[in-house]
Amino acid sequence: MSPRRDVFPHRLDLQHGCVELSHGGGGRAMAQLIEELFLAAFDNAWLRAQDDGARLMVPPGRLTMATDSHVVSPLFFPGGDIGCLSVHGTINDVAMAGARPLYLAATFILEEGFPLADLKRIVDSMAHAARHAGVPIVTGDTKVVERGKGDGVFITTTGVGLIPEGVEIAARQAQPGDAILLSGSLGDHGMAVMAQRENLRFDASIESDTAALHELVAAMVAAVPGIHCLRDPTRGGLGCALNEIAQQAGVGMQLREAAIPVHEPVRALCEFLGLDPLYVANEGKLLAICPAEFADTLLAVMHGHSLGREAAIIGEVVADPHCFVEMATVFGGRRLVDWLSGEQLPRIC
Amino acid sequence: MKYLDEFRDGQLARGLAARICQETDSTRHYALMEFCGGHTHAICRYGIEDLLPGNVRLIHGPGCPVCVLPSGRLQAAIDLAEQERVILCGYGDLLRVPGARGDTLLKAKARGADVRMVYSVDDALDAACTHPNQQVVFFAIGFETTTPPTAVAIQQARRERLGNFSVYCNHVLTPPALRALLAAPLPSPPRRQGVAQIKGQIDGFIGPAHVSTIIGSQPYEFVATDYQRPLVIAGFEPLDVLQAILMLIRQINANEAHVDNEYTRAVSPEGNRKAQRLMDEVFTIRSSFEWRGLGELPGSALAIRPAFADWDAERRFTIPEIPAIDHKACVCAEVLRGITRPEECKVFATACTPDHPLGACMVSAEGACAAHYHYGRFRQAAAS
Ligand code: SF4
Repeated sequence: MSPRRDVFPHRLDLQHGCVELSHGGGGRAMAQLIEELFLAAFDNAWLRAQDDGARLMVPPGRLTMATDSHVVSPLFFPGGDIGCLSVHGTINDVAMAGARPLYLAATFILEEGFPLADLKRIVDSMAHAARHAGVPIVTGDTKVVERGKGDGVFITTTGVGLIPEGVEIAARQAQPGDAILLSGSLGDHGMAVMAQRENLRFDASIESDTAALHELVAAMVAAVPGIHCLRDPTRGGLGCALNEIAQQAGVGMQLREAAIPVHEPVRALCEFLGLDPLYVANEGKLLAICPAEFADTLLAVMHGHSLGREAAIIGEVVADPHCFVEMATVFGGRRLVDWLSGEQLPRIC
Repeated sequence: MKYLDEFRDGQLARGLAARICQETDSTRHYALMEFCGGHTHAICRYGIEDLLPGNVRLIHGPGCPVCVLPSGRLQAAIDLAEQERVILCGYGDLLRVPGARGDTLLKAKARGADVRMVYSVDDALDAACTHPNQQVVFFAIGFETTTPPTAVAIQQARRERLGNFSVYCNHVLTPPALRALLAAPLPSPPRRQGVAQIKGQIDGFIGPAHVSTIIGSQPYEFVATDYQRPLVIAGFEPLDVLQAILMLIRQINANEAHVDNEYTRAVSPEGNRKAQRLMDEVFTIRSSFEWRGLGELPGSALAIRPAFADWDAERRFTIPEIPAIDHKACVCAEVLRGITRPEECKVFATACTPDHPLGACMVSAEGACAAHYHYGRFRQAAAS
C-alpha cells in the first residue's frame, strides 16, 4: 500500500476516530476508509482490483443466492458480534439449500459518530469469520447516515453458492414418515443477546451459538444426498421454522420435547422471563428432515462434526390437513407448537 | 437448576396421574378452576389435561392481569403516551394489547410516542432520574404479586422528591374476583348430582401461587365457609398442579371443603406481613373497578392514597374514562365461569385470534381462549 501514502498523508485514527459523513461521500475520505479498514481486513484479489463489481469464476451447475440484513442490539454480545453474525447468517442461508458457499458481498450502513475502533472490531470479526469459513468477501458498499438516523451499524451480506448435483433440498419435500433432526441445543443466541441487553439485570453464562454451518451441511449432504429439507431456525426459533415447513409442505409434525436439547442456563433464563426456548433465535443450528431410513446415518454424521455433537432426532413428519406441529411434553401430555403471534415478549407475574 | 427439574419429572407426574385416575369417582364429574394465568400456562404448556381422566375438567380462570384490564384504561394509557414529553413505561406483554379504539402501545411507539418496555418498576424510576425534563409514567398492572414493588417505587419517589414520576395504577385484587365467580347468579344445585355435569358449577379451585405468598391463605377462607368449595393453593410447576388436583379430588370425594396449601415451600397462612403493610401504606381499595370479562366488581382494585397523590398519574394528568364494550359475540364471561368452552364461542379462531382479540380471554397467552388457541387447538381438530 506504500504507493498510496501520499494520497492519505494521515492514517485513519482507528483508536479515537469516528465515522463522519464524508466516509460515505464517495471522495477521498471514503477511499481511505475502504483501503485502511475494509481492504486491510478482507484482503483478497477481487477487492484489491477496486472495481465496482467483482468478476467471478463460476463452476457449472445450479447456483443459489441468499441475502440477510443484520440489525442486532447490542452489537457485541457473549460469543460473537454483528460482524461474524452477518457472515455466518448468509453462509448458513446458502448452505440450507445444500449448497457450497462461494462468495459473499457486504454492505455497511454506518451512523455518523460511530467509533472507528468499534467498526474495526466488527470488520476484523467479519474477516476472521469469512476466512475461517473459506468464503471470501468479494465486493461491498458503505453508506453513512446522519447521527440519530441509524443504530450504529447495519450490515447486509449476500452470498452465492453451488448446489451439488442430485441434491434437491426444499421445504415442500418434507413427507409424512420423514424424521426431523436438530443439530444441537436451542436458544443460546437469543438468550445471550437478551441477557446482555441494557436494563436486564441478569448474570447468565450464556454464549451465542453463532457459527457457519456449511461444512456440517457438506458432510450431511455427502452422506445422505436424499435429505428433503434443511432450515436454520433463526428468528422465531424452532417453533416458527417447523410451522413454516409444515405449511409449505402441507404436512403435520409430532415432536418429542424430551429429545430437544436446551442448555440449563438458557432454560433458566427463559423460565425467569416467561419465554419459550422453542421460539428463541439460534444462529448456529440447523433442522434436517430426511426419509426415516436415513435418519440414523445422518445423525451419526452430525455427531461426528463439532457443530452437531448434540444432534438429536426430535420427531417425525405426519399427514395432517391442519398442518399442526404437535409435541409430546416431558410430562407425558401433548401440546400444540403454534406460530408465534408477533415477537415473544417477557411476561409479568 | 436442579430445582426446576424436580418439579417437572415425567415419571413422578405419571405416578400422580395414576393416583388421580384411581381416586376419581367415575359416576361424577369434577369441574376444577385454576384461577391464575401461571397455572393455565403450566397446564397447557405441559399438556396436563391429557394426563387426567375424562371426567376431570379444568376451567381456565380470570387470573391474567393483562386480560382483565379494561380496554378503556389501556386506551387511556395509549393517549397518555402520545402526550408531549411523556415517557410511558410498561411490562412487555401489555404492549401488543389493543385498546378501546383498536390501537396498541406498540403502534403508538411506531408513531413516535415514547413507550418503553420495562422488566420492573425500578427501570421506570431510573428513566425518571435520567430524563428530568420529561414526565415518566409507570403503567402499573397486576395482582397482589406486582403491587408491593409499585408501592416501594412510589415511596422512593416521595423520598427523593421525584417530581417527574407517577404511576397509573391498575392493580387488582384476587379474592373479590373469586367471590364474584362464586356469587354469580348461576344454578347452584346440591353438589352430588350423579353423572350429569351441572353447567357453570365449579367444584373446586386451584388457588394462586405467587399472589398467596403475599396475602397468605387466610383471605380464601370464604370460598370454603361461604360457598362450600375446596381451594388448594399450588405452585406454578406442573407437578404442583397435579398434586393440587389430587388434593381437590380427595376433598370433593369426602364432601369436604377447606383451604389447603400445596405450596407450603412459599406460602404461609398469614402471608408476607411486611409486603401487606407496604401495600396498605400506599394504596387504598377502590369502591368498584371494571374487570374485562367480569364487569364491575366492588372492592376489587387499588388506588393510590391521597398522601401520595403527587405520584398518582390519575391526578397529575386528566385521564378520561373511556367506555369500552367487548364484541357482542364474545362470551368471555361464560368462558371464565366454565359455562362455555373457548372453542364453543362462535368467533373463536375465526374473527377472534391472538393477533385480533375480540375479548379478554384472547388477549394474553395466559387467557383461557388464547391458551386453548396456542396449545390445544389440535384436540378440537382431532375430535371433528
Ligand atoms: S374466543 Fe374471543 S370472542 Fe370468543 S369468548 Fe374467547 S375472547 Fe371472547
